[in-house]
Amino acid sequence: MKGNYDKAFENVVRLRVMSILMVNEEYDFNSFKEMLDVTDGNLASHLKNLEKQEYIQVSKSFVGRKPLTNYSATASGKEAFQAHLEFLENLIKENKS
Amino acid sequence: MRKPEQELAEIKSMMERSTRFLSLSGLSGILAGTYALIAAGLAYAWVYYPNLPYGTNIELIRQEDILGKLLVTAAVVLLFSIGTAWLMSQSKSKKKAQKFWTPASKRFIQALFIPVAVGGIFCLAMLAKGYLGVVAPATLIFYGLGLLNASTFTLNDIKYLGYCQLVLGIISAFFTGYGLILWAVGFGVLHIIYGAMMYYKYDR
Repeated sequence: MKGNYDKAFENVVRLRVMSILMVNEEYDFNSFKEMLDVTDGNLASHLKNLEKQEYIQVSKSFVGRKPLTNYSATASGKEAFQAHLEFLENLIKENKS
Repeated sequence: MRKPEQELAEIKSMMERSTRFLSLSGLSGILAGTYALIAAGLAYAWVYYPNLPYGTNIELIRQEDILGKLLVTAAVVLLFSIGTAWLMSQSKSKKKAQKFWTPASKRFIQALFIPVAVGGIFCLAMLAKGYLGVVAPATLIFYGLGLLNASTFTLNDIKYLGYCQLVLGIISAFFTGYGLILWAVGFGVLHIIYGAMMYYKYDR
């Protein structure tokens, strides 16, 4: 079967984070928090997890005095997500026939 | 693992919500159209009344006092429309428990207002130089381009409003004497139709 079920995206928060990063060049921590409605710690640990797998990359900067943490998807992250999507699509196709 | 259909729906909704500003209020479109129609009625009364036959009385607008009145009216309509849209969209996003001020809404506003602001300044320049006849078409065309530009960042339906404004703008560029009525159709009637459609489709 084509595609690959990726354990990294088994968790809903990680799946949502990756979906957002597929269509946005970059997205910051606070915007994630508002969009996903999760706690700081929860979000941070999922982001760390994705970062460890090198699916996303972090860049830190300052806006005035406030730190701003931006995330973006890496090439391998996008590939992995694409494969995960293909897997899901094929699964649906097979169930239909 | 959840059902793959659910999973895909989840992904799609996240992609849309993070890139598109979905809280645009339909009702505010109807109100903006109403303001525009009232303003067009006033402008008609100032410029053409009592010389009712329509179309060619462009020279009349050259009187300084009328031009000033028209400019003030236009500015008031613009402020009221933006204010209404802002407040009503804010309350709509509150109702849907979504944030109003997101990267998506910022991009939407930027995409809409850059062409509109440039067009506005361009129109002021034309007024200053005395090219009165092409101001109405220019406002329609720049607004249409702004809508088209912004449609990537909000509900797709706004694209069709943009196309209609562009067509009206081009028509009125060729028939400058009918600028006022085409302007009223574009900013008044089309906004009301569009707002009503959006209201029935998304807001109820």
